[in-house]
Amino acid sequence: MTTATEQPPAAPPPAGGDGGDAGAGTGGGRGRAVVARLADLGNALVIPVLALVTALVVGGLVMVFTDPETLDEWGSFLSDPLGALEASWDLVSESYEALWRSSVGTPRGIGRTLVEATPLALAGLSVAFAFRAGLFNIGAAGQLIIGATCAGWVGFTWDLPAPIHLPLAVVAGFLGGAAWGGIAGVLKARTGAHEVITTIMLNYISYRLLDYALRSDAFQPPGRDDLISKPVRESARLPEVSLGEVTVHAGVFVALAAAVAVWWLLERTTTGFRLRAVGANPDAARYAGMSVPAMYALAMVVAGGLAGLAGTSNILGRPSFSLTGGYYSFIGFDAIAVALLGRANPAGVLVSAFLFGALRSGSTGMQAATSTPVDIIVVIQALIILFVAAPALVRSIYRIKAGRGTAQTFTASWGS
Amino acid sequence: MKVELRGITKRFPGVVACKGVDLTVESGEVHALLGENGAGKSTLMNILFGLYRADEGEVCLDGEPFDCRSPAQAIAAGIGMVHQHFMLVPVFTVAENVMLGVEPTGPLGRLDRVEARRRVEELSDRYGLAVDPDAVIEDLPVGVQQRVEILKALYRDARCLILDEPTAVLTPHEIDELMAIIRQLADGGRSVIFISHKLREALGIADRITVLRGGEVVGHTTPAETDEQALAAMMVGRDVQLVVDKAPARPGEPVLEVDGLVVSDDRGHRAVDGVSLTVRAGEILAIAGVQGNGQSELVEAICGLRPVDAGAVRLDGRDVTGHDPRAMFRAGLAHVPEDRQRDGLIGSLPVADNLVLNQLDRRPFSRRSVINRREVRRHAARLVEEFDVRTPSIDTPVGNLSGGNQQKVIIAREFFHADRLLVLSQPTRGLDVGSIQYIHRQIVAKRDEGVAVLLNSSELDEVLALADRIAVVYRGRVVGVLDREEANRERLGLLMAGAVEEAAAVEATGEEEVTVT
Repeated sequence: MTTATEQPPAAPPPAGGDGGDAGAGTGGGRGRAVVARLADLGNALVIPVLALVTALVVGGLVMVFTDPETLDEWGSFLSDPLGALEASWDLVSESYEALWRSSVGTPRGIGRTLVEATPLALAGLSVAFAFRAGLFNIGAAGQLIIGATCAGWVGFTWDLPAPIHLPLAVVAGFLGGAAWGGIAGVLKARTGAHEVITTIMLNYISYRLLDYALRSDAFQPPGRDDLISKPVRESARLPEVSLGEVTVHAGVFVALAAAVAVWWLLERTTTGFRLRAVGANPDAARYAGMSVPAMYALAMVVAGGLAGLAGTSNILGRPSFSLTGGYYSFIGFDAIAVALLGRANPAGVLVSAFLFGALRSGSTGMQAATSTPVDIIVVIQALIILFVAAPALVRSIYRIKAGRGTAQTFTASWGS
Repeated sequence: MKVELRGITKRFPGVVACKGVDLTVESGEVHALLGENGAGKSTLMNILFGLYRADEGEVCLDGEPFDCRSPAQAIAAGIGMVHQHFMLVPVFTVAENVMLGVEPTGPLGRLDRVEARRRVEELSDRYGLAVDPDAVIEDLPVGVQQRVEILKALYRDARCLILDEPTAVLTPHEIDELMAIIRQLADGGRSVIFISHKLREALGIADRITVLRGGEVVGHTTPAETDEQALAAMMVGRDVQLVVDKAPARPGEPVLEVDGLVVSDDRGHRAVDGVSLTVRAGEILAIAGVQGNGQSELVEAICGLRPVDAGAVRLDGRDVTGHDPRAMFRAGLAHVPEDRQRDGLIGSLPVADNLVLNQLDRRPFSRRSVINRREVRRHAARLVEEFDVRTPSIDTPVGNLSGGNQQKVIIAREFFHADRLLVLSQPTRGLDVGSIQYIHRQIVAKRDEGVAVLLNSSELDEVLALADRIAVVYRGRVVGVLDREEANRERLGLLMAGAVEEAAAVEATGEEEVTVT
């Protein structure tokens, strides 16, 4: 055998190369790992939080410059500078206060926000899950519609006792979405068809399928000819649950359970590991004996199922219980934003879904209390996404240095 | 052009990459800059090329101080750099790539393709580069792409050419061609800085050699004054065992039998054309050949990564033809792939996960498809220590490690489960002396445990250092299988070029000095 006496010496670390001390990982200690985790978490939160703050500031400016009365005050800025500033401040602070009050300031508001956040969270998990396997699920909108259609049909057609009817409807919603997502998955696995294209096309098909269904006797209530379905029977509705003064429906818990399940599946099972491996480097995954096509198909089935649950929670929970035409598509697209803001991480998706839910549920209250239109919320949501998608912009505004070894971001991978 | 670097110091947070480096390159000189990964070679050249600013020291070109702030300035001053990773637009033609950024334009900004083409042709002829200006880059072999990079520099009138690890991606034949081109450029009065960690090449081409270690110059020398052993010691900072000590092989029963294998490449051409091989337990069979003669396809077919058109693969007597990678893994195959970053590792995942990439579904790492994190981490910590992987932690993304340490991660993973057949493709490509030495020792150790080893390497030195038998492939066929004692550089070279009769005429010269570079 060989006669060399010592191990090769550690090369001095260059700018970003050979890591320094050998074997530090073997005895580093738990404390350091925890500190490093917290630091990572802090780093991960910096950009989204600053993006939110910046979006609120810019949103405030938009309010000021679109409000006629405040603009009048600015017209007389030279004679009364304080008046203009005061009017602006009043407008923005009152609007945001109303937004806060009607979204999370009262128990009723919190309940409404949670209900709004539920389908967003489920659809966001769908997009995030597919993304972890390296797929861009633009089709949450369509999967959600098919899921809601299946759940709704089971809900208003069959007549069963609640303990059977509700789970059956939920399962139908999941399976409907899963099947719809699975089409894109199988196309990708078998033929390599790009999932962005196929899911967008499947979205259009799903809108028309829903319209078609809503015109059929199986869906339409007798005596109506507008695009609306029969209401879901009581036995299939998600029960209302009260936690203290906050009232939500059981779909909230479905979303929480789904987030935990997604986390567990991705991080703690071999299947999840394979999905992540395929997502990060399909070549190496294939060399390691994993079946890349099978993982793509599976990822789209699960993602579709999650989006289907989003539709299910919407049709079986309040406020509507009937399917209507073109009603759900916004959730499917907001879901992409939610996954992006949550960095394709289940906990992050829950938080960002709550944020988007709050903006949505508070917007009507805001419009009622002040003259600020609900549309400003759309502007703020768009700004948040803009800033999250362009971290360099946020860093330069706040003069933060780029963290070393920043984790792969969602947007950086788009289109590559 | 005479290039002088005086007292260059460059600090990065936590590291001094260059400490008072002096370097003088005369015009018409080929100057080799040697050093291990992280020695500061690239930093130094990036300063010269204007990508970094030196903290201290100055750069002089032809005696004039030159304060370089950007690559554009460096190019204007006559400095050209060929990076290790080429900066070419794959879908453009050679002429389009060469003129990119300095396009000759006619009136109204019309692109003068004819003029560009003419100049590319002229330069190509003058320096014997033999490049077709109308060829599309992505269709060209790596060696020709590199010549396009050199053309780009010449087109911009580079009088000092920096070549960063130019041979890392080349075949032996392409290396010879490159060396001839470099010599011709220097003879034309240009200065050439040749960055490398390959000792043989530096000795072969350089007029003078400067060795860097830890950011400092440890010596200036010339090929006449030194040899590989002395250079290696300078680079590494201690005596290096260049010869791989190994006892004679004690081959046992056949483990891998390849019989009349026919395999197509990605374009559907026949890449492997009836290859038959046997690898026995406890021996290293090397496949030698100029790259692109079917070695990669052969290995992929054996490992179940490429469909087999005809013929059979048997592992321990069992027919495993057309098995998928997973089945091959179960049958006892361990495989170190050629392209470690693309096929061997998942860069964004931690070291620990990469160490169990293909074994996670086995006990004790998981049970009923639930991962046992603690076992995975314990296993990773053990392998990191055993294989001396230098990483800040087992949670570090493997993509952050240096090339040598990334390769050690793959070696650790595959060697851990290699108990029957070990297939290695270019196991030390692009690595420094220390890592190569280490990996070679591990390979021999596996052989001595009774594992059958199939080594696919385009480094002749590596083949000669490790192999017990050598199968030479040429155009998809095995043109000769030599015992190590019968093989020498000349005979292998002839066989690799397809000159079978000439090779047979060469007398075996017995044991020649075997070195690792």
